[in-house]
Amino acid sequence: MALSRLSSRSTTLFQPLAAAFPTTLRRHISTDTTPITVETSLPFTSHLVEPPSRAVETSSSELLSFFRDMALMRRMEIAADSLYKAKLIRGFCHLYDGQEAVAIGMEAAITRRDAIITSYRDHCTFLGRGGGIFEAFSELMGRTTGCSKGKGGSMHFYKKDASFYGGHGIVGAQAPLGCGLAFAQKYSKEEAVTFTLYGDGAANQGQLFEALNIAALWDLPAVLVCENNHYGMGTAEWRSAKSPAYFKRGDYVPGLKVDGMDALAVKQACKFAKEHALKNGPIILEMDTYRYHGHSMSDPGSTYRTRDEISGVRQVRDPIDRVRKLIISHDIATEKELKDMEKEVRKEVDAAVAQAKESPIPEPSDLFTNIYVKGFGSESFGADRKELRATLP
Amino acid sequence: MAARIHVGAGAATALSTFNSKKLVAPPSRTNLPARSSKRYIVAAAGSDGSKKSLLRVRHSQKLIANAAVATKAETSATTGTGHELLLFEALQEGLEEEMDRDPHVCVMGEDVGHYGGSYKVTKGLADKFGDLRVLDTPICENAFTGMGIGAAMTGLRPVIEGMNMGFLLLAFNQISNNCGMLHYTSGGQFTIPVVIRGPGGVGRQLGAEHSQRLESYFQSIPGIQMVACSTPYNAKGLMKAAIRSENPVILFEHVLLYNLKEKIPDEEYICNLEEAEMVRPGEHITILTYSRMRYHVMQAAKTLVNKGYDPEVIDIRSLKPFDLHTIGNSVKKTHRVLIVEECMRTGGIGASLTAAINENFHDYLDAPVMCLSSQDVPTPYAGTLEEWTVVQPAQIVTAVEQLCQ
Repeated sequence: MALSRLSSRSTTLFQPLAAAFPTTLRRHISTDTTPITVETSLPFTSHLVEPPSRAVETSSSELLSFFRDMALMRRMEIAADSLYKAKLIRGFCHLYDGQEAVAIGMEAAITRRDAIITSYRDHCTFLGRGGGIFEAFSELMGRTTGCSKGKGGSMHFYKKDASFYGGHGIVGAQAPLGCGLAFAQKYSKEEAVTFTLYGDGAANQGQLFEALNIAALWDLPAVLVCENNHYGMGTAEWRSAKSPAYFKRGDYVPGLKVDGMDALAVKQACKFAKEHALKNGPIILEMDTYRYHGHSMSDPGSTYRTRDEISGVRQVRDPIDRVRKLIISHDIATEKELKDMEKEVRKEVDAAVAQAKESPIPEPSDLFTNIYVKGFGSESFGADRKELRATLP
Repeated sequence: MAARIHVGAGAATALSTFNSKKLVAPPSRTNLPARSSKRYIVAAAGSDGSKKSLLRVRHSQKLIANAAVATKAETSATTGTGHELLLFEALQEGLEEEMDRDPHVCVMGEDVGHYGGSYKVTKGLADKFGDLRVLDTPICENAFTGMGIGAAMTGLRPVIEGMNMGFLLLAFNQISNNCGMLHYTSGGQFTIPVVIRGPGGVGRQLGAEHSQRLESYFQSIPGIQMVACSTPYNAKGLMKAAIRSENPVILFEHVLLYNLKEKIPDEEYICNLEEAEMVRPGEHITILTYSRMRYHVMQAAKTLVNKGYDPEVIDIRSLKPFDLHTIGNSVKKTHRVLIVEECMRTGGIGASLTAAINENFHDYLDAPVMCLSSQDVPTPYAGTLEEWTVVQPAQIVTAVEQLCQ
């Protein structure tokens, strides 16, 4: 097993050693937190601010958790893909595979009191905030056990107790909302920041610049993160933006360009951004990332880009493989252990899918719940005006 | 769950005025005429009987003893000292009291802070509460409305002012998708207790873009409530109720009504957000109206009374949802309905109200529901043309005579 991998990815140096020693000598999952310093693959490019150092402090347990969580996210998105093709997930389904490093790196740098708000490509961000895969799959399949009780769907995942504010379908509409979250944090003097994620497509929305202006004017603790996967739906960034240097588009707002496929770089940047935002107001982070799937499940993803490009990125820049190499090179786990971890993750995801498939669909009366917080007995009808009648609760 | 908001019941004048404030207090039926048989209608065939009975309790207290044609001066509390003020001052008082009471309430909008508000509704508040609580925003309706909604998701209670309601069209996405729907799409996780307020309606030759009636565009958004104030009394009451409400509320004010003067109670009071106001009880015909048209109707009512008619005038106040209880009671009494509104004819509040009345009270109608609305034109600048776009008292008189034949 180890030798077969020699030619492809793993560093050759440690494999023979690992094979020589029995695996019981090394713990399977390392909970070792002694700091390891790793250099990010690329330097940071900055605008109006001193970039942070390339040396990132991490630990074995963190790297392993990165690997596991990213593998879980990747597996979840692939499962969602098959569920969609099996018509168990309907409507729109926007998958995040390829971009996992952004969600994971961000989580590593912040606390649950910091708020995150994102667009419709929110499945993995939800997981990163502590959401469960069972809730995620239930929501995708429209069951009551879903995180939004089946009434939101793929684009409306929320988790209030983890300060995850969704999940928004309209491109760019989350930018002003994110400023509102930051405003509330400043108002309540919470010493927390808000990460407002948007894509390269949304970067051309007027409301984003309105929100930037407001955030900069009032020194709101807002970090605006542009997840630049280089395609706004089906249009490449060079065809939709005059200036694709999204981190510079804040003009008076400082910006940082980050390799979004490197979870440690993301972590470093987010840590830096949080400190900056708490002291000096907003900052833009541009995460240079890539999505393997198309914009959504109805988009094959290959009409506006070549398959070679996709597989090229997958081979050279895949975030999970990068962490895998790091783990193996730092001797934290073997290739086999990582493979086992992936298998475990796969089983977990399959179990969650199976459980979600068994979950109940919402009752007809659920149509009328949660329209108002406190209803007032006004009546509402279903289409036929006889069968489905309810007093709005 | 009809028992909402109403704390601070204050006014002992509850029974002598038409706006009931005490919600859950047992009704003292002594001074109410026996109308029990006619009272209980309404569309609610709801599953929760207890809810309905509270609804009934509330409305049965709201009995009207005042038979005179109510002009603005007479709608005030008739007992106690009270104090006289203008409508914009009443709004300010309500806002200030709520900001004193709850530190989560904040105001945001253009020129609300240092300038004092373009219609002086927020005058003096920035000096008292500071720049963060009374926030002067740049001119970006989409962004600051969204910002208010985002802040509300975390628990703040912003009062978002549109300098003119028409400008909020730029924020329609935020109001529709985020404000109205987030409570639903998040499965109940987030509440959006915002108040979106501002002046709208046809003013004095302000031009087409500044004379819009947005209630017709917003009325389909699920999850929001809409109210329109028309007197200083209900302006303050509705402002306070809207701020205390957990639902997003859009409060429609009118540009021409800001300088109305009225005496309002000194004690704290709140108006019910879902209740209509009986302005003038009558027997012959029900006239439903709201906001500025209330005054045109009352002017027409004077003429009608002289001609021997007895119109019942109801200010519906709650544009979404309609107070079908009060309206229904009235229809069952008079059997004729005239709706007078300032919205456009097509797709306005009157259109929805006509449909609702026809559906629910068809058997009680002796004549088709007539609806007088503004013309389906952009409001012209020329004064005479502007007058013709809006419903005038003479037209109301003619309509009543026609209906009552």
